[in-house]
Amino acid sequence: MELTYGHPKSLKPIQTKYCPGCGHGVIHRLVCEVIDELGVQERSVIMNPVGCSIWADLYFDFDSVQVPHGRTPAGATGVKRCLPDHLVVCYQGDGDLAAIGTAEIIHAANRGEHFTGIFVNNAIYGMTGGQMAPTTLIGQKATTAPYGRDPGEAGMGYPIRVCELLATLEGTRYLARGAVNTAANTRKTKQYIKKAFEMQLRGEGFGLVEILSPCPTNWAMKPGEAVEWLEENMISFYKLGEVKNTIDAASASPATKEATR
Amino acid sequence: MAEEKKLMKGNEAIGEAAIRAGCRAYFGYPITPQNELTAYMAKNMLDKKRVFIQAESEVAAINMVYGAAATGTRTMTSSSSPGMSLKQEGISYLCGADLPAVLVNVARSGPGLGGISPGQGDYFQATRGGGHGDYYHMVFAPKSVQEAADLTYEAFDLADKWRMPAMILADGLIGQMMEGVVLPEERDLASLPEKPWAAGQGGGPRHVSSCILVPEELEAAVRVRFARYEEVRKAETRFEEVNIEKAELVFVAYGTSSRVALGAVELAKKAGMELGLFRPISLWPFPSARLAELAAKGKRFLAVEMSMGQMVEDVRLSVASSAGAGKADVQFYGRCGGVIPSEEEVLAEARRILGK
Repeated sequence: MELTYGHPKSLKPIQTKYCPGCGHGVIHRLVCEVIDELGVQERSVIMNPVGCSIWADLYFDFDSVQVPHGRTPAGATGVKRCLPDHLVVCYQGDGDLAAIGTAEIIHAANRGEHFTGIFVNNAIYGMTGGQMAPTTLIGQKATTAPYGRDPGEAGMGYPIRVCELLATLEGTRYLARGAVNTAANTRKTKQYIKKAFEMQLRGEGFGLVEILSPCPTNWAMKPGEAVEWLEENMISFYKLGEVKNTIDAASASPATKEATR
Repeated sequence: MAEEKKLMKGNEAIGEAAIRAGCRAYFGYPITPQNELTAYMAKNMLDKKRVFIQAESEVAAINMVYGAAATGTRTMTSSSSPGMSLKQEGISYLCGADLPAVLVNVARSGPGLGGISPGQGDYFQATRGGGHGDYYHMVFAPKSVQEAADLTYEAFDLADKWRMPAMILADGLIGQMMEGVVLPEERDLASLPEKPWAAGQGGGPRHVSSCILVPEELEAAVRVRFARYEEVRKAETRFEEVNIEKAELVFVAYGTSSRVALGAVELAKKAGMELGLFRPISLWPFPSARLAELAAKGKRFLAVEMSMGQMVEDVRLSVASSAGAGKADVQFYGRCGGVIPSEEEVLAEARRILGK
């Protein structure tokens, strides 16, 4: 009998340390399913960031390199330039990517580095205990925004749409935003990840998949409430879909077709 | 057969020595007075199809080094004092993850933006583990363009051997001046040491990390590293001595200030005075044991630095452990702000101390 679905080979069969209802476990699984489908477990490296997802070496059954907070794209640049035939996954949270690491992500994207960003946006700092993130929504409460994010009098700034920001850079080829709050969104997110990884393996420039992900603990909600809150509040601001896709356009062009024939 | 002597700038000689040592990935950011080094690497690394990136910052550059080092690639970054401050976070991570890399500081004068003239005020930062946490890394201080090339070349081997960064602490004078240099042989990249710990070689997962959250486990890992530091102290301590036996007073100086001190030794000789020079080449590990021996023999010391007195603290610590502890005489003479002391003023200070 053929096995049609099971635990991904690249993901260790252990329980994670993540809180109930956290999106990281689902996202880890999606990354591993795609790695298995592409058959690249032996030549994959994950850059594990500072934050809740720092324990990549516990969960992923392939190489990992742990870097300083926010420097993940710089570290990934060093790894990928030295291992050009490897799949390099730059896994980052919203504090890592959109606050302390803005210089690194912008310039790695602008250089068109051939690694893939997996950007987990849960609109809050998780590991440090619920501080305001660059992606925290206006009015959303955090320990450092106790009355809600207020861009006016309190000068807390506005939530950053990372994919749209990066889309202006010519080095970026594929930018998509998915979510893991429903089965349908999760399946769609996996397709984005697969497209981005395949593009990386073809050496076609920078790709990033942003994934809206629930954080029930720091949102002070039950897991069920968190997925609903994400649907109702985050998706209306962070629109799902492919924000930039020049790979499909390129593969449709006669020149590319000729070259691949 | 050795190559012919070439006339080269220190910064360029460091770059060429790195390439010949098998540096396959260089990451840098512009800062004076090391810009010739980054430009040299851009041209010559790209010509050889090796990795060169002008990073968006020194912070990014050192983390690119970290990523490259994690794959077992010979890698280097260079900067000057303010830029080295920015790299300290990454250096701490390199040390915490036991990664080899070569770091070059063509130092200038500080603090803050300071000036762009040569300085030795980065000694504490370089030798004390300038970032957070308990760690050291090797630091070598060249006195000439030739020694800058030789130490850079060797630094790659030592970094690999001990699995820690090796820093070349030069200064703006060593980086900018031209001297004759015989360059070392080009290493065959296939001959470089195996690195079974590095990511990206298949055969089961490898994890490169400095993160250990269980206190007892982290303590154990730090203790293993410090046991290795003791081995490094035994194996890699380097120094040079000039006219120590006869000397009434021994200058202790490294890099550019040691050249000035050597000039003062020669001036003194012409005037019928016997002075000596003790030149630490490795600043970490510091040649403490030899200084303690000399102190026990009753030698008197004058530390000469282009700072307000940093290395002199290591000299005092060294002689404090000698048989003649308490009696050893350690004096200090320094200029700072980018001022290079003259041989005459250093000799005058020695005369003042000796009452001659």
